[in-house]
Amino acid sequence: MTVIEKHDYDVVVIGSGGSGLRAAIAAAEAGAKTAVICKSLLGKAHTVMAEGGMAASLGNMVPEDNWRTHFQDTMFGGKYLNNWRMAELHAKEVPDRAIELEHWGAIFDRNDDRKMHQRAFGGHTHNRLVHIGDRTGLELIRTLQDKTVHSNVDVFMETTITRLLKDGDRVVGAFGFKRPTGEYLSFSSKALVLATGGSGRIYKITSNSQDCTGDGYALAYHAGAQLVDMEFVQFHPTGMVFPPGVAGLLVTEAVRGEGGRLFNNNGERFMEKYDPKRMELSTRDVVARSIYTEVKEGRGSEHGGAFLDVTHLDGDYVKTRLPSMYEQFKELAGVDITKEPMQVGPTCHYFMGGIKVDADTGATRVPGLFATGEATGGMNGSNRLGGNSLGDLLVFGRRAGLGAVEEANRIGPVSVPDGAVEDAHARAAEDLAGDETNKENPYALHKELQQAMGAGAGIFRDKEGLETAIAEVEKIYERALNLRAPSSRPDYNPGWQLCQELRNMTTVSLMIAKGALLREESRGGHSRLDFPAYDDYWSEHNILQDGVGPDLDLTPVPVVRKDDLAELIDERKQQEAATK
Amino acid sequence: MSTEMKGGHRQLKIWRGDRETGQLVDYELDTEPGMVVLDAVLEIQASQEPDLAVRWNCKAAKCGSCSAEINGKPQLMCKTRLDHLPADEPITVEPMRAFPQVRDLVTDVSWNYRVNEKIPPFTPREGLPNEYLMGQADTDRVSEFRKCIECFMCQDVCHILRDHRLQEKYYGPRFMVRLASLDMHPLDGLDRTDLIADQAGVGLCNITKCCTEVCPEGIKITDNAIIPLKERVADQRYDPLLKIFKRKGRQGRKKV
Amino acid sequence: MSTTSEALKPSPAYGEPRKAGATARRDRWWVQPFLVVAALTTFGIYTIVRVILSTKYPGVYTDGAHLQSPMFSPDLAGIFGFHTKLPWSFLVLWAPLGMRTTCYYYRKSIYRSYFLAPPACAVAGAARRKYSGETKMLLFMNLHRFFFYAAAIVVGFLAFDFVRSLFYATAGGGTSFGVSIGSLIMLINVVCLSGYTFGCNSFRHLIGGNLDCFDCSASTRTRHTLWQRVTTLNVRHQEWAWLSMFTVWGTDLYLWLAGSGVFTDPHHIF
Repeated sequence: MTVIEKHDYDVVVIGSGGSGLRAAIAAAEAGAKTAVICKSLLGKAHTVMAEGGMAASLGNMVPEDNWRTHFQDTMFGGKYLNNWRMAELHAKEVPDRAIELEHWGAIFDRNDDRKMHQRAFGGHTHNRLVHIGDRTGLELIRTLQDKTVHSNVDVFMETTITRLLKDGDRVVGAFGFKRPTGEYLSFSSKALVLATGGSGRIYKITSNSQDCTGDGYALAYHAGAQLVDMEFVQFHPTGMVFPPGVAGLLVTEAVRGEGGRLFNNNGERFMEKYDPKRMELSTRDVVARSIYTEVKEGRGSEHGGAFLDVTHLDGDYVKTRLPSMYEQFKELAGVDITKEPMQVGPTCHYFMGGIKVDADTGATRVPGLFATGEATGGMNGSNRLGGNSLGDLLVFGRRAGLGAVEEANRIGPVSVPDGAVEDAHARAAEDLAGDETNKENPYALHKELQQAMGAGAGIFRDKEGLETAIAEVEKIYERALNLRAPSSRPDYNPGWQLCQELRNMTTVSLMIAKGALLREESRGGHSRLDFPAYDDYWSEHNILQDGVGPDLDLTPVPVVRKDDLAELIDERKQQEAATK
Repeated sequence: MSTEMKGGHRQLKIWRGDRETGQLVDYELDTEPGMVVLDAVLEIQASQEPDLAVRWNCKAAKCGSCSAEINGKPQLMCKTRLDHLPADEPITVEPMRAFPQVRDLVTDVSWNYRVNEKIPPFTPREGLPNEYLMGQADTDRVSEFRKCIECFMCQDVCHILRDHRLQEKYYGPRFMVRLASLDMHPLDGLDRTDLIADQAGVGLCNITKCCTEVCPEGIKITDNAIIPLKERVADQRYDPLLKIFKRKGRQGRKKV
Repeated sequence: MSTTSEALKPSPAYGEPRKAGATARRDRWWVQPFLVVAALTTFGIYTIVRVILSTKYPGVYTDGAHLQSPMFSPDLAGIFGFHTKLPWSFLVLWAPLGMRTTCYYYRKSIYRSYFLAPPACAVAGAARRKYSGETKMLLFMNLHRFFFYAAAIVVGFLAFDFVRSLFYATAGGGTSFGVSIGSLIMLINVVCLSGYTFGCNSFRHLIGGNLDCFDCSASTRTRHTLWQRVTTLNVRHQEWAWLSMFTVWGTDLYLWLAGSGVFTDPHHIF
């Protein structure tokens, strides 16, 4: 009889990136007994890879900057599909979150007034990103990590959650296993926060860490939550393209923020054609499509990218402002970026879509279930501006943590039905036990999924490609359901882990492809070759998804508006119309 | 391209084993140009040995998960290019030696997290404004320490932990870096000198600089963190002259 | 495909501590400690023998110029009128030698090369029952700053020695200015010793490193600038250490040979 370790908490946070840790801190500080569950070690979450900075309208560089302009920029960047309330809360609260980080020991670069320095970034009207060199994400995660361990939060490292546990309609806990030993454990929670990040690993060329397998999207979906905007996937314009082993590795937008220029193989600064006003600092969707188009039309570099050049800048300046980029190219590509241009191309970077939540509390429609960060959708609309992710993590991490505590305080004790634990355990054990008749290799299946998604649901999409992708992914979904770990040893078994992750990734892939097929227009992180323009209907509608198993139910719903913000939106739309 | 990249057929010897025993197992594979050791290990995992345990996350030298001993030296697998290793001999990949083994290339690094919990975190000094004012010079000094990605290779290579097993008495280079980042933070309000000298055991370090040699972030651990901490301890404990001239202790910092 | 190349053995991770020299490294890690031992031992023996042999005051006097060897400076008899028949130079040599012994760079190379603690990175060191680092017997290493103070004074005397070497006593009792190869060598030596001495980690601490805040007042900003200068020297402390050791050695050898009549120090009097 297997022993299943049991834990009781008021609030359980799944995910230990920026938003998960911020949620856990908020919950613990509000007095809740809190646990945070990390799929990897604490401090290794994908947030560490954020480079450029965090957009906050502190006005340290440009005094007239304020939340209204930030809100307008965010809405414009998202092509007005954002949840207005979320964009508003984000723009209003992120300066406080940045200052709070300093109070917890974070260090940011300074300006001449000894305040936080703010750098320029694509889509932001003013210099707005607080940063430390080009490793702002690491600073954020380390600060939150230290705050967490001194906030009376229990941390479960290298623990994989395979299923959320429900009592009736309510989520009351989670089941999983400890990776190093394979021991099972179940949590009971009065409120549970999903902070599981994105799902970049469904694409081969991605800047995402291997942890980004869409676990939260799938867990929430199976628990009955709705997802929104899943068709919008941000392809970051500049990922490395060579050598093959590092293809997709992020080249921070700060390279362009600091003055980097893009050229094609004719030496033309091609952004003049696509966005003469903002040039290299146009929004990410535009720059990514521009590079893709240049390469596709035969004006790419030898390894199939564009040239990103900082050689006109002072070498020492480049080394201080972009130290890890300098290192990364020197070490991995043998390129000295102060002397030679970089070769870059689009790489899957961020999921605008995600779990649909209440803007103020992070509550999903499932009682007891909350979500925050990249795992949620709405804040960024159809395209996220660079620098708007780190702030999103903190603003909504804190709000989800507080929302969860409120819920925990409101309801009485919860109990996890034994049956739910047994079911979850049986499934995990079955995966591990292996199956002589099914020798499917999970690693190979993962590559097939990436192949299918890259070919049919990548940066440019059309009906035919999407239908092919959906058909392929549906087959892969079935195969993933029957997948078993290639080895049955419980301790640190990577194949076992991948079985679970593949099911999550195929679920997410279906959402993306089906959402993309339904949205017959091009907007932000969704470009249809067969519908290249904006569409009036779709400019007012988000797609919600829910369902059972592979049977997704897609429902277009009107964008969540907020009347007091309409004036700001109109103002920006008029400005845009005037400059065209 | 300023450096040539080579692919080709390569041999690897990878440690396979559990807590008690194991062995180096030979693998062969065809490599692409520019591949790093982690690419090779993952390729072996995908095509030959689905059971091979390896800890990794970002594959971009930013998270510090894939630390291992490659040809006997602690290195990040994701940052070590195959074509930078001798081509005429197999590449050995072993787990870090200073930590208990979990399986194959994975070690149990939880001790480090327990140490971190013992260090009093940043505590702002009294009377600071809501928006902190700080100079870039101070930011530069502290941010070097905050570049640490917690790969724990400095802990692995430190002979005090690796050979002498003094985990009870010495926090290790990673946490000297952490302590330095707090001690040199211009707005911190604690004086951790006694902790540094006693519980953290800075005196055990004999500044042989292996931590600095293996740091993938290029942090000058010994010169910029440990030696200044030793000097700060010397200020308070071994310098009679300073005792005469400077009786007050450190301004704005409370002893812990 | 996979093949097993050896029998099962104990896990390397957190297994038993290994014997000295055990490592999976395949490069020639032992070359460096070997060279360090060879160089430092030779220098040490040379210095001791030289000082014991030269109980007199070995300056070089050519045409009335006085060139003092750095191993015998300050010139206690010539400057302070202090005379003894014992190997007197130990009375001053403790300062620079003490500085080098307690120097953070030399500590690294001595611990590595002589004490094998450890001999090289990721190579097992000599097994010692109880390792105590610099907490017990070696606690005196914390006095490095005092040796630095003393050694800095000695560098001042060496600068004085160089200036003195430029003045030639003339027959009529006056002095005239001149330059010799020996005095130029002395100049190079002073420069190298300054590079080493003022790149000292303790000095770097005292000049500015001990500040909790660099950018808080005019005086801290000045000290930060000085700290940056010292840091520039300090990042090459190892190189300065070796270079200056060899210039001391070379200067002494040159002056020894010139002084004992092997050759005459070429010079020009203006």
